[in-house]
Amino acid sequence: MNPHDLLAGLGRWALGFLFRLGHGAFFLVELLRNTPASLRRFYLVVAQIHAIGNYSVVIIAASGLAVGFVLALQGYYTLSRYGAAESLGLLVALSLVRELGPVVTALLFAGRAGTSLTAEIGLMKAGEQLAAMEMMAIDPKQRVLAPRLLGGIIAMPLLAAMFSAVGIFGGYVVGVLMIGIDPGQFWSQMQAGVDVWDDVGNGIFKSLVFGVACTVVALYQGYEAEATPEGVAKATTRTVVISSLAVLLLDFVLTAVMFSAPR
Amino acid sequence: MSSAGSPSCSDQRTQPIAPRRVPNAVTSDDLICIDRVTFGYDAGRTILDDVSLAFRRGRITAIMGGSGCGKTTLLRLIGGVHAPNKGRVVFDGDEIDTRNREQLFRLRRRLGMLFQFGALFTDLTVFENVAFPLREHTRLPESMIRDIVLLKLNAVGLRGAAQLRIAEVSGGMARRVALARAIALDPELIMYDEPFAGLDPISMGVAANLIRRLNDATGATSLIVSHDVKECFLISDYAYLISSGRVVGHGTPAELTATDDPEVRQFIRGEPDGPVPFHYPAPPLAEGFGLQARRAAPSAEPRSAQRGERDR
Repeated sequence: MNPHDLLAGLGRWALGFLFRLGHGAFFLVELLRNTPASLRRFYLVVAQIHAIGNYSVVIIAASGLAVGFVLALQGYYTLSRYGAAESLGLLVALSLVRELGPVVTALLFAGRAGTSLTAEIGLMKAGEQLAAMEMMAIDPKQRVLAPRLLGGIIAMPLLAAMFSAVGIFGGYVVGVLMIGIDPGQFWSQMQAGVDVWDDVGNGIFKSLVFGVACTVVALYQGYEAEATPEGVAKATTRTVVISSLAVLLLDFVLTAVMFSAPR
Repeated sequence: MSSAGSPSCSDQRTQPIAPRRVPNAVTSDDLICIDRVTFGYDAGRTILDDVSLAFRRGRITAIMGGSGCGKTTLLRLIGGVHAPNKGRVVFDGDEIDTRNREQLFRLRRRLGMLFQFGALFTDLTVFENVAFPLREHTRLPESMIRDIVLLKLNAVGLRGAAQLRIAEVSGGMARRVALARAIALDPELIMYDEPFAGLDPISMGVAANLIRRLNDATGATSLIVSHDVKECFLISDYAYLISSGRVVGHGTPAELTATDDPEVRQFIRGEPDGPVPFHYPAPPLAEGFGLQARRAAPSAEPRSAQRGERDR
């Protein structure tokens, strides 16, 4: 390929990427501008917390339990080599609260709730429901999208907390009940080593950021989807890909900022 | 009946329209005026080309034309979904400005629209769909909303279906639910986008009858976008015929039926070929199948060479 063509193609891609990024940022600002109106009709937000959060509980709990089991097994294998097996509770709790809880929950959220949001909004668009609202002088961003954004932001930390709690229980089952670590050591090490603000607080903050990112990506993809079956299918796929990459990138940035600073 | 060129809005007015506010339109008989509008979704494709139409208050006006001629686009321009590239759309004396969202929403509260496939909210029941605009735009007590919704549903013959889910109603019923929702706030203007498309003869008759009765009962202005000549002529007071982005004829149904204009006649009689050709523009059939090229090829060579080829 001609180097000029390559450069031109790269430039076109960069311009397109920046345009979509700017358009997405504008979309987020529009949604945030509409959130106070949604808060006044909080029943709409509650319905979305139920739809997004409640229906994700099973997959979050099951995944949390499995991750807790594996963490305990792997952690015990490594810690016992250094004679620190009694720190298993601390290892499991820190791993879940700081990192795995928010990140894995966000990835599962993108796959379960994000795709559902994109498909729902995309099909509403294809069925002219959003256009009908516009013609009724009702702003779909305020009536449909903003409550979903708030629902996603509220549901994400709650799901992440549930993931971590169930994961710690899974670690307890494997570490204490199956391997035979002293339960007192398991809980006391965890209690002494986990800081409410530095560990739990930062984990909650992370999941709030992931909640915004995943929900906005899902809503944006649905709202901008081509109003055809193929368009909705492509938008749903893009939701999973973009949300997952965004979560991993944001996680690196947030971890670098939060946990790299000397205490 | 006029068939040559687009009718100008000023044809039906005593004075031309002023740039923003049109004082004489307030007292005029026209609720909507589309004034020399040109519109295309992209630069290379013009959907409407310098069209002018006027819609009288209290009348049912049909906008007819083949698929893709710009009928639904006209409704979108009136609803302020799109802005014209040239010209303007005037609603009750005010030019529609799509950039002014507040003005746009004030205007939209005065109109109801029936979408081609209903555009009903599938997560709500029939009752909740009709109650939706009332709950969003008014602070009426729930008991009053219930009474209004049941009255509207009764008007379309579906009071008994109030508690059904949208998935449980047929296409014809869904269209009637959408009609009940469109008239929930007693709009001044009701726009119908293909109200007869895909309906069985009974549902079509019911829909046509309902549109006429509702218009007479409420005194609203109705615009019907359709290509169903028979049903449209049965209920409309006036009709416009659009083809290739321009108005090719307009008048009362009787006037349009009696016209000699070949394009209008072709549409009304449903003739397959005429001023609107049956074939999409294409090169000659022989050329398309490569027959000319094959016929031309042997003659290009000397006869002796052809013979030699055959002998081998």
